[in-house]
Amino acid sequence: MLKFLFKGLIRDRSRSLLPVIVVMMGVMITVLLQSYMTGALGDSIETTANFTTGHVKVMTRAYSKNMSQLPIDLAIMNVDTLKKSLQTRFPAIDGTERIQFGGMLDAPDQNGETRAQGNVAGIGIDMLNSTREIDRMNLSSNLVSGKFPVTKGEIMVSDELFRKMKLKIGDEVTLISGSMYGEMSMYNFRISGTLKFGIPYLDRGTIIADIADVQAALNMENAAGEILGFFKNQYYNNQTATTIAKAFNAGEDTNDEFAPVMLPLCDMNGMGYIVAYSENIQGIILLIFIIAMSIVLWNAGLIGGLRRYGEFGLRLAIGESKNEIYRTMIAEAFLIGVIGTIFGVILGLFLSWLLQKYGFNVGEMMKDSTILMPTVLRARITAASYYIGFIPGILSTVIGAMLAGIGIYKRQTANLFKELES
Amino acid sequence: MNTNKKLNNGVLPSTIEVGEDSIVEIKNLVKNFPIGNDFFTALKGINLTFTEGEFAGLVGPSGSGKTTLLNIIGSLDVPSDGDVIVLSHSISNLTQKQAAQLRKEKLGFIFQNYNLLPVYTVYENVEFPLLLLDIGADERKKRILETLEWVGLSDKIRSRPSQLSGGECQRVAIARAMVKRPSLVLADEPTANLDSENSHNVLQTMVKLNRELKTSFIFATHDEKVIGYLRRIIRLEDGKVVDDTTKPPKSPMGDLNIPLTNTYASDTNLGGAL
Repeated sequence: MLKFLFKGLIRDRSRSLLPVIVVMMGVMITVLLQSYMTGALGDSIETTANFTTGHVKVMTRAYSKNMSQLPIDLAIMNVDTLKKSLQTRFPAIDGTERIQFGGMLDAPDQNGETRAQGNVAGIGIDMLNSTREIDRMNLSSNLVSGKFPVTKGEIMVSDELFRKMKLKIGDEVTLISGSMYGEMSMYNFRISGTLKFGIPYLDRGTIIADIADVQAALNMENAAGEILGFFKNQYYNNQTATTIAKAFNAGEDTNDEFAPVMLPLCDMNGMGYIVAYSENIQGIILLIFIIAMSIVLWNAGLIGGLRRYGEFGLRLAIGESKNEIYRTMIAEAFLIGVIGTIFGVILGLFLSWLLQKYGFNVGEMMKDSTILMPTVLRARITAASYYIGFIPGILSTVIGAMLAGIGIYKRQTANLFKELES
Repeated sequence: MNTNKKLNNGVLPSTIEVGEDSIVEIKNLVKNFPIGNDFFTALKGINLTFTEGEFAGLVGPSGSGKTTLLNIIGSLDVPSDGDVIVLSHSISNLTQKQAAQLRKEKLGFIFQNYNLLPVYTVYENVEFPLLLLDIGADERKKRILETLEWVGLSDKIRSRPSQLSGGECQRVAIARAMVKRPSLVLADEPTANLDSENSHNVLQTMVKLNRELKTSFIFATHDEKVIGYLRRIIRLEDGKVVDDTTKPPKSPMGDLNIPLTNTYASDTNLGGAL
């Protein structure tokens, strides 16, 4: 009997093809939105982590309270010892010291007079000992011209600043800043290359130098503003980060301003909301789509059901009961849901893959933005991308059919039967 | 015919004793339809009995109550008062499931608009009632081919309803009603959408089936062509029986004792050898 009914279902395109397309489109959008949101939010979190916060960050207690001012006078001393201790206690964390600082870059002319100046935000990272930080910050893909520093005294500048100051690769520039102890500091660098981050805030005036050079320039021997900790699997896990931070802080003196303190990413730069949003996005998307698709499919089911009341009347006359007709409606809906969902997931994954590989460039829309987020938004296909579409795809179709089918029970048999004659 | 037989392993309730050869007994039947706070009485105390092999018609103008009466006999509606006993089962006492069981096993319906399922072939439309009865594939095929031969559509089994004429569609509908060998066929205005020639073809088919298979037919009609074929005419007016006449056999077809098998198709295709 079911085979007979499904044969009819497949032949009647308005009952099969159209609903399958509706389900497929809904599921495709669900999968695409889930992977896009996961990718976009994940990228924002990871970009923020890689450039400024790490998955966890260790600072002095005083530095953490004035973090936005990048107060290098409150930096951590004896960084080597603290880093070793950190790696011993928390092997899941890969620690790296960083110095974030502000200053002015001065470019002299042939006579040594100032030719151009620009405000800069500097980052000191380990560039000469390994490529680990270069890889983490994905700087290789941002390299526009020149090369990364290979000897002491070399510096990378953002391409935008490079062009504004009319610099050339190999030019000598002077960083004018303040040392860790408060005196004015000046240090000469040679430009080795330029970078374009795709993040307006960083493109305006960023310099990146090896941390040893920065320590020398700012008189910070064996000191660093912060130690950033990264999970070795490269993805932020809020629960683990919070647990590690609590364990670390439990052993530290809370009254000592220069005692180290560890903060998880969610407690910095207002990232808590984005992390929570990212964690709940699947549930939010599911809920929205189950409701929206149920309404759409309920409506489609009602229209289809109304059109089929004549057929139902005939089937009642031939001897089917209302329960049997209702059950076959739901079975049909389930079949349509499964088929539509499979095609929707395949299509959604394909589009997500395209978005993951090629991204969606929103750079033009974010020219004046100071938010630290990538201008190329990318989807990220996760395990959830493969199954998330099945929930709204099947559930909504069946719920829609169940709601539409209630009409069979509400109508008297003879009334349904009369539909035959209309 | 044993109309007291219990249907489908006891799904239907116990049967009621009725007169010998009686297939439908209607006692003081009243049917009201609510209209706002009031109600409209469509049937006003009908008393009728139909016996096995009847070829009877409920005749009357629109609104006289003939379709309502047919729906109640077909267990598609229930009486407001009185009782209707169909094949020894009181319609008032049947649950929806039991009513469906009665329709599935013992009743056949023929409609004005044929109501064939458009996505299925002629063969599949006729197959549908047998699927509901869980009849095996071989037996199904045998019965379908035999029934389609009766109605002269053996060469159309793979056609869809949209590829058939009105007369052919109605003959498919007859085959669908007859394929399960029902005790009683209810036909509501079966010729309303047919031209004269096709009407006669269809009616001759039903007369033959009535004669050969002893299947009872009850029509609701106001078509004179149908009335011409009826052996019993029950006239309804304003929900009451005003006349109940059984006439001697007389048909525009003449001798109807032509066997259903083999030669039937050619007979009907000739327009009934009129």
